[in-house]
Amino acid sequence: MNIEQILPLIFAGIMGFALLVYIILDGYDLGIGMLLPLANEQEKDQMVASIGPFWDANETWIVLGIGVLLIAFPKAHGIILTTLYFPVTLMLIGLILRGVSFDFRVKAKTEHKKMWNNLFFLGSLIASVSQGWMLGFYVMGLEPSGLSFIYACAIAIALPVLYIMLGCGWLFVKTEGPLYIKATRWARLTVIPLGIGLFLISIGTPLASPQIAEKWLTLPAAIGLLPIPIITLIAFFTIIWALQKDKIMSKKHEWITFACMIVICIMSSLGLAYSIFPDIIIGQLTLWETASSTASLKFTLVGVAIAVPMIIFYTFFIYRIFSGKATELSYD
Amino acid sequence: MEFDPFVLARIQFAANISFHILFPTISIGLCWVLLYFRTRFTLSGDKDWEFAYYFWVKIFALTFAIGVVTGITMSFQFGTNWPGFMEKAGNIAGPLLGYEVLTAFFLEASFLGIMLFGKNRVSNRMHLISAALVTAGTTFSAFWILSLNSWMQTPDGYTVQNGVIMVESWWDIIFNPSFPYRFMHMLVACLLTTAFFIAGVSAWRAKKNVDGPATWKVIRTGMFMAAILTPVQIFIGDMHGLNTLEHQPAKLAAIEGIWETERGVGLTLFGFPDEQARKTHWKIEIPKAASLILTHDMNGEIKGLNEFEGEHPPVAIVFWSFRIMVGIGFLMLMVSWWASAQLLRNTARKTMLINVLSVMTFSGWVAVLSGWYVTEIGRQPWIVNGILTTKDVVADHGSGMVLTTLIAYLAIYAFLLASYILTLRHLASKPAKSLETLQQKAQNQQSTLNNTDASGTEAL
Ligand code: HDD
Ligand code: HEM
Ligand code: HEM
Repeated sequence: MNIEQILPLIFAGIMGFALLVYIILDGYDLGIGMLLPLANEQEKDQMVASIGPFWDANETWIVLGIGVLLIAFPKAHGIILTTLYFPVTLMLIGLILRGVSFDFRVKAKTEHKKMWNNLFFLGSLIASVSQGWMLGFYVMGLEPSGLSFIYACAIAIALPVLYIMLGCGWLFVKTEGPLYIKATRWARLTVIPLGIGLFLISIGTPLASPQIAEKWLTLPAAIGLLPIPIITLIAFFTIIWALQKDKIMSKKHEWITFACMIVICIMSSLGLAYSIFPDIIIGQLTLWETASSTASLKFTLVGVAIAVPMIIFYTFFIYRIFSGKATELSYD
Repeated sequence: MEFDPFVLARIQFAANISFHILFPTISIGLCWVLLYFRTRFTLSGDKDWEFAYYFWVKIFALTFAIGVVTGITMSFQFGTNWPGFMEKAGNIAGPLLGYEVLTAFFLEASFLGIMLFGKNRVSNRMHLISAALVTAGTTFSAFWILSLNSWMQTPDGYTVQNGVIMVESWWDIIFNPSFPYRFMHMLVACLLTTAFFIAGVSAWRAKKNVDGPATWKVIRTGMFMAAILTPVQIFIGDMHGLNTLEHQPAKLAAIEGIWETERGVGLTLFGFPDEQARKTHWKIEIPKAASLILTHDMNGEIKGLNEFEGEHPPVAIVFWSFRIMVGIGFLMLMVSWWASAQLLRNTARKTMLINVLSVMTFSGWVAVLSGWYVTEIGRQPWIVNGILTTKDVVADHGSGMVLTTLIAYLAIYAFLLASYILTLRHLASKPAKSLETLQQKAQNQQSTLNNTDASGTEAL
């Protein structure tokens, strides 16, 4: 392999990484947005406080993911975004609504706070559902058909459930008291649909897409791939175990749910990446067919090699500064 | 009724970027101002500056949030509306946008958290450093995006192979001929917009008698800043125009409303350009002045629009936008000098000052938008000047689809703009939280610092 063939691979890796980080990080704050209506006034403030310092940087990961798609695979970027024009617009509207409600709800007149809370919920829901729909449609190769439509709708439900579970996990880490108890209840209710969703997607994807079935169900590959479902299962049952009444209240268990959710996200992404590779649009275009010029990729790689480690470093730094429980907000 | 999807796509892009730019303009400028407030407080211990900081950081947070979410919209717009642009110019546009994400967006988004919520978790020094990093982030962001935009205006350092634009020299691409002017002009525009914005909002506060001396300190900051920067901006603008004459003569001819190539061209102050008749009606001009300003020679030659027939931008809108921008520039000059003189004297006519400044609150926005319209509409019919036309790169969505989403965007933008201004008013008119309670709170927080983790309640 020469440099011309390796560069697109590297960039595909970076893109995958950015989108995975996005799903985990923005996933928990979108999840919290969707849980908001279930909480009382004071808990709402606490929930919002728990994501306050982070949400902006979290959203930046999708900008990076889409940015890399654009930098490295401009043709695919054009095709994917024009095909997904409508759901992308919906998602953007969702993201706009929630991003601003977050700020307006505490700054606008008190009598408008309720409206902003509702918009925060609605924006989070719209963004999550449209992201799920796009993911599903993308996995189906962006081909409009009844089957892809059904599959996309299924993912449109599953992804928000995943986000909600991430949100619960985050609440365990960041909150205490009555909200913590409530989050436990929400998590117990979510874990079942999450399990069913994961199961159906694992079964359904090869059924819906022959290309993917072929990749997973041929023999040497199938054995090599076994760790992915196995680890996912272990993580899933660990969550169920950790959510038991006597366990959940001990300090050690605060972070287990979130950690296991991260494992599930990583495993799902690996599975997805394997299903897609080496295409960028399944069944239509490979990574190399859409890659941009080597000169551009090299120039960008320098920046990526310097900036991404720095970004990871200061992201950790900031999570450390804001570690511990987030207390509620107070108003002047 | 059938709409041309091409026109709709352009309107949609224009609406989105116009709405987006309102907020970066203030984020970029306000960041510097906040840094100034914070530094003044750190150096002098004067509580007024701290108070000004905490009041304005709230507005900054709000502005920044709208800037971020509308910016995320922008980053998708290239793909959704101009896929051809990315296919053909992606080798250049991609990396420049990529560097913006890597060097600017993460920096500002990450340290913003500390700037807004970190008050009780980090030292004053770390807080100051975070504010400086956010400021650097917004400025880098302007650097990269303006570099790309300038390259689209005055492309350099590239070759074209099989219809795809390839990189020849990154240096020439980034520092393309119009970039230094555009970058400086835009940064100063952000500072000016912010100067009138903070002075204007503070004037509303002064009218309601909220917070006494701190409010007047902000007004002074704003007006002194503007008094110094407006002449600078006019000077940069003039040089920018010379650069445009050299690289985009058709745009310049539209700006000046010049139809025939001539020597000793007059400067049209006012008139109605008419593209059908190809002349400017009712024009008021200063003889030979355009030649003098633009070529530094009374009889210098300037190319007219007829030289570029079929390939020049729509004239009237460029002509008018330019005059609005320059008009506001000179208005800002007068207001800021007059206000500064008033503020320096003790016999200031406060009521009049307050009224004038309130009226000028959003004047920067108008100038910025008109400036961008000159630049962007003046580039038509090209998307990359001289290489790629806008028509070649548009996505073929049905017009119904684009119209629906356009209406949705416009509705949301109208709603957000109204909410933004109403919330500003609400924040601005809140009765003074006297400096004593502020101090008291600080003491309380000091004592509870170790066992609670109040997350920067001030910023909210
Ligand atoms: C001169 C400045 C300037 C201009 C011309 C633009 N922007 Fe912008 N943008 C900023 C200055 C800025 C900023 C100062 O960095 C922001 C504004 C909000 C904020 O307050 O940060 C920002 C935010 C922002 C974000 C969110 C960043 C984050 O997640 O933190 C994105 C994705 C974009 N912009 C993208 C764009 C695109 C694709 C543009 C052009 C078509 C564009 N911006 C024009
Ligand atoms: C920030 C302030 C900006 C404003 C207010 C602005 C405004 C506009 C307007 C009004 C148009 C429509 C022109 C027409 O179709 O007649 C336009 C088009 C466009 N602008 Fe900008 N623009 C801004 C910045 C940028 C930047 C920074 C970029 C790229 C880096 C950019 C890229 C484009 C593109 C790709 C088009 C669409 C193609 C076209 O119509 O030429 N703009 N912009
Ligand atoms: C009063 C004297 C001014 C002059 C002579 C002037 C000149 C110019 C020129 C010639 C352009 C178009 C450049 C091109 O695209 O080729 C421009 C653009 C612009 N102007 Fe001004 N300007 C002035 C004042 C202002 C003021 C007061 C503001 C805002 C507060 C402003 C904001 C802008 C912006 C945002 C742009 C678009 C970005 C750019 O191309 O730099 N200008 N100006």
